[in-house]
Amino acid sequence: MKYVVQEGSHSVAEAVSLCRPGVIAAFPITPQTHIVEKLAEFVANGDLDAEFVNVESEHSALSLIAGAEACGIRTFTATSSQGLALMHEVLHATSGMRLPTVMVVANRALSAPLNIWNDHSDSMAQRDTSWLQFYAESVQEAVDLTIQSYRVAESKDVMLPAMVCMDGYVLTHTYESVLIPDQAMVDEFLPPFEPEYRLDPEEPMTFGVYALPSDYMEFKWEQQKAMENAKRHIMRINREYRKMFGRAYGNGMVELYNMDDAEVAIVAMGSICGTIKEAVDEMKDVGLVRIRTYRPFPVEELRDVLRDVEIVAVVDRAFSYGYEGPVFSEIKSALYVLRNRPIVCNFIVGLGGRDTRVEDVFRLVKRAKESAGGEVIWLNLKA
Amino acid sequence: MLEIRFHGRGGQGSVTAAEILAIAAFRDGKYSQAFPIFGVERRGAPVQAFCRIDEKPIRLRCQVYEPDMVIIQDATLISDVDVTAGLKEEGLVLINSAKPPEEFSFDGAVVKTVDATRLALETLGRPIVNTVLLGALAKLGVVSLNSIVEVVGMKFGGKTGEKNVIAVKKAFEELPI
Repeated sequence: MKYVVQEGSHSVAEAVSLCRPGVIAAFPITPQTHIVEKLAEFVANGDLDAEFVNVESEHSALSLIAGAEACGIRTFTATSSQGLALMHEVLHATSGMRLPTVMVVANRALSAPLNIWNDHSDSMAQRDTSWLQFYAESVQEAVDLTIQSYRVAESKDVMLPAMVCMDGYVLTHTYESVLIPDQAMVDEFLPPFEPEYRLDPEEPMTFGVYALPSDYMEFKWEQQKAMENAKRHIMRINREYRKMFGRAYGNGMVELYNMDDAEVAIVAMGSICGTIKEAVDEMKDVGLVRIRTYRPFPVEELRDVLRDVEIVAVVDRAFSYGYEGPVFSEIKSALYVLRNRPIVCNFIVGLGGRDTRVEDVFRLVKRAKESAGGEVIWLNLKA
Repeated sequence: MLEIRFHGRGGQGSVTAAEILAIAAFRDGKYSQAFPIFGVERRGAPVQAFCRIDEKPIRLRCQVYEPDMVIIQDATLISDVDVTAGLKEEGLVLINSAKPPEEFSFDGAVVKTVDATRLALETLGRPIVNTVLLGALAKLGVVSLNSIVEVVGMKFGGKTGEKNVIAVKKAFEELPI
């Protein structure tokens, strides 16, 4: 085990390397680039035995990954923002062909206007592509999630690709302490990728074959079942990881902070949760529900924890234009079936990298306590 | 928690200084975090970087608004940038300058100066002041001299590393307490 202070991108690249991917596709886009740069170095130095392929676009990156993964090879790529948007078509193809790759998304705002800073617009826009989506609060969690994600994604009754979402710059470019596990322990935790089906010239088969109206729906239903199955694996693997490496994150789906007897619950995802926790420590009756797994959505956990609070303040770092924050819509929908529902309100926070301070969280809670229910508030908008 | 803000110009190594400080503090057994104001970097433009040092894990992710200490790598920034913005009462201002501290006045702040440019020219042959100022920070007790020396030596390596280590030690010796 290595305990160091180093750049977040470097730490995540080491975690990827520990998972022994056989093929890595790379196309540069800020703030993801340092991750694949580091991996290129590992491959060039002979520390990682992988084929490192520089491709001509993100669309090609994921297409190449899909091909390699279909051959039964563990793969990796990373992207951000417009790069992820360009992959959109292939995201569906990858999940539909049940190819369990892992991709790090260094979250960044979408153009226009051009903005390289952090929010969740890029990954939230890919919600319905049938990829597992996890959001890291810290570099350590991004490292741990990377290793865990291969296990979850490659589980026989899951076989879906996974996005490890880590906030661009805020996590990728920050130097902070991190524990990098030993190779031997990761090898024990994550056995080699042995898919049931693979492309093999000796035994020809087709992936992503034509499905007529008589069959297509069943394929899609299988994807949904796989998502449901993933929940069990995420929770189990979170427990196993704790036994082996000493760290766990809530139950794997959600993490609760100061939620015992909380009257106000803030719901949020990603690195902003660190700052929210600092704020929560200074407030009475306020807790945090951190969504760690966004897909599959932790609907049962959220109902269980939110049914007893008075006010739910949902923080969104993305927006669905013409309506409201995407997480807010889903929280409301999850709570609708309850007989007694809390008051809910939505805060649109930190789009395009606008900084969020502890004081902003105090202001958010104060505003939430005045809520009549249903408001969508853009926090710190200039007058 | 100790919060430090570095003011420099693009190309002066402010970000590297914050990173080295974070690694050195970690070697001293502390928790640390370092990051720049992420932007579109341009050589010569005012830049800022931050370092947090604490006895417990650091969860805060926002920028540093109320620093305990500011490091000014280039005194010409003082007229352009509000370098002491949010500085805590009795907070420390460390300036790279040949002038004595009395020639600077910042309300309620303790000012220290070190002629880092001269030290850098003497030892490195180039006016790169970031490591020199880290030596001064060690003298001020922010971090141990040993850790700074080790990290600077490793970061640059070889002859450059050795020269930087000498620069760090000189600044440590020269800064009056």
